[in-house]
Amino acid sequence: MIAHAIFFYIFAFVAIVAAIMVTVSKNTVHSVFFLILDFISVSCLFIMIGAEFLGMMMLIVYVGAVAVLFLFVVMMLNVAQQNNQLINLNKNFTHIPVGLIISLIIFFELIIVIGGWKFKPDLVTSVSLLIDQNNTNTHSIGQVLYTDYIHVFQLSGMILLVAMIGAIVLTFRHRSGLKRQSYFKQISRERIDAVELIDTESNKGVKIDD
Amino acid sequence: MIEYLLIVFSEVYKILFLLIPVLISVAMIVWLDRRVWAFVQKRRGPNVVGPFGLFQSLADALKYVFKEIIIPASSNKTIFILAPIVTMTLALVAWAVIPFSETKVLANINVGILYLFAVSSLSVYGIIMGGWASNSKYPFLGSIRSAAQMVSYEVSIGVIIINVLLCVGSLNLNDIVLAQEKIWFVIPLFPMFVIFFISALAETNRPPFDLPEAEAELVAGYQTEYSGMMYAMFWLGEYANILLMCAMGSILFLGGWLSPVDIFPFSIIPSPFWLIFKILFLFILFSLVKAIVPRYRYDQLMKLGWKIFLPFSLIWVILTSSYLFYFDLLPIN
Repeated sequence: MIAHAIFFYIFAFVAIVAAIMVTVSKNTVHSVFFLILDFISVSCLFIMIGAEFLGMMMLIVYVGAVAVLFLFVVMMLNVAQQNNQLINLNKNFTHIPVGLIISLIIFFELIIVIGGWKFKPDLVTSVSLLIDQNNTNTHSIGQVLYTDYIHVFQLSGMILLVAMIGAIVLTFRHRSGLKRQSYFKQISRERIDAVELIDTESNKGVKIDD
Repeated sequence: MIEYLLIVFSEVYKILFLLIPVLISVAMIVWLDRRVWAFVQKRRGPNVVGPFGLFQSLADALKYVFKEIIIPASSNKTIFILAPIVTMTLALVAWAVIPFSETKVLANINVGILYLFAVSSLSVYGIIMGGWASNSKYPFLGSIRSAAQMVSYEVSIGVIIINVLLCVGSLNLNDIVLAQEKIWFVIPLFPMFVIFFISALAETNRPPFDLPEAEAELVAGYQTEYSGMMYAMFWLGEYANILLMCAMGSILFLGGWLSPVDIFPFSIIPSPFWLIFKILFLFILFSLVKAIVPRYRYDQLMKLGWKIFLPFSLIWVILTSSYLFYFDLLPIN
């Protein structure tokens, strides 16, 4: 049990320090790397509480895909302006009230969640949906997500699809006069269409018609 | 206290017993790769150091150890040094879950295939970090290219894994192997095996998809600024990743450590050897592809990944699941 606690504190400590470093570090690419470290330690915490499926999904989705795209965008920023100049320029602290309000809201939400847990400990067992304790958590998540809440799941998928299509529509520009390759045309071109052999008399030349 | 130490020592012993053969075989397959490549092109390949040139990789490694490590002055030093370490580490930690027989596996975890997938999707970071930290044009372009390429092909590998999982009903690697006792998945899912093989080529930046290090355009891509042992670590990590992909392919499609038929001459060969044979078979295919096929153009690479492989494997998911559902073959436990 002691080993368990030690590992928990290591991962929790790394997660919190990395989260702070994301906001503090001046170099945006460094921030993204700290964000990745944060994701990895959080997924380690997930695995420690026995939610190995969630932990692995966290690694695959957030670290393997989302953070790569983050890095992709951030690295494209001008390399000379790596230092986050916004922080250096804004000395009038207009961003503080907004941040304070958001963090207060999150803080109260957390209090509500933890308070509910504290004062009604039977809440977890009294929900209508009972999870079979013998199944692995991959099975349980599949059962809940794809059988019991299939409509909600599909609705969220539709929302994501709409967002994706919206993004494509907003950024798509149809440029005219663009030369495109047609693979079919390229491959189906043969010698007989491209080369023509003509017998010519000397000093006469060939008349080319278009 | 003593028993804790004993547990730690026995685990460390097991890990070393796995890692040292993996490292040695990485060195050996570099030699094999070069020999196969030379064989196809009617050259001799490395044949001077030791019998058949077997110690060529060791000689190369020795050379790299004694070379000077140059760190560019304008590079981001921490990340520059971290990049090859990340590549190497990620390529080696994935071996923890590979089952060599029903009992010979370091960590028999419930979500083994997800772990493999996660680790192989993390391996893009070594390349991105190396390319960005070098603070130079060619490495940067190489790393941008490879980030897009690896993320794209990961998607189709994920969908292919879903195909296999539909037939197995478990994420455990040993269960996946045992589900193939009657028939290897390469036969019913043959198109998926082909797509997995090609995506694995793209995922490990092997020719014909070695755009991140296309020497005609980008010098050596993300490795341009690296020298000495750091370059060697990139190189070892790359080959360890290739071996890992071969292992993943043989577990998912070629029946892992199972022997092809359970009759006398085959059944006495211990199961780890079968896995090794299959990995070697896939690896020789990898190196043959390297010798035969010319390099892809970048837009064609992206087109292949997103417009051909992804829809095709998605359609196969639908086909597989409807077949299993209609004939009531879905694995339900």
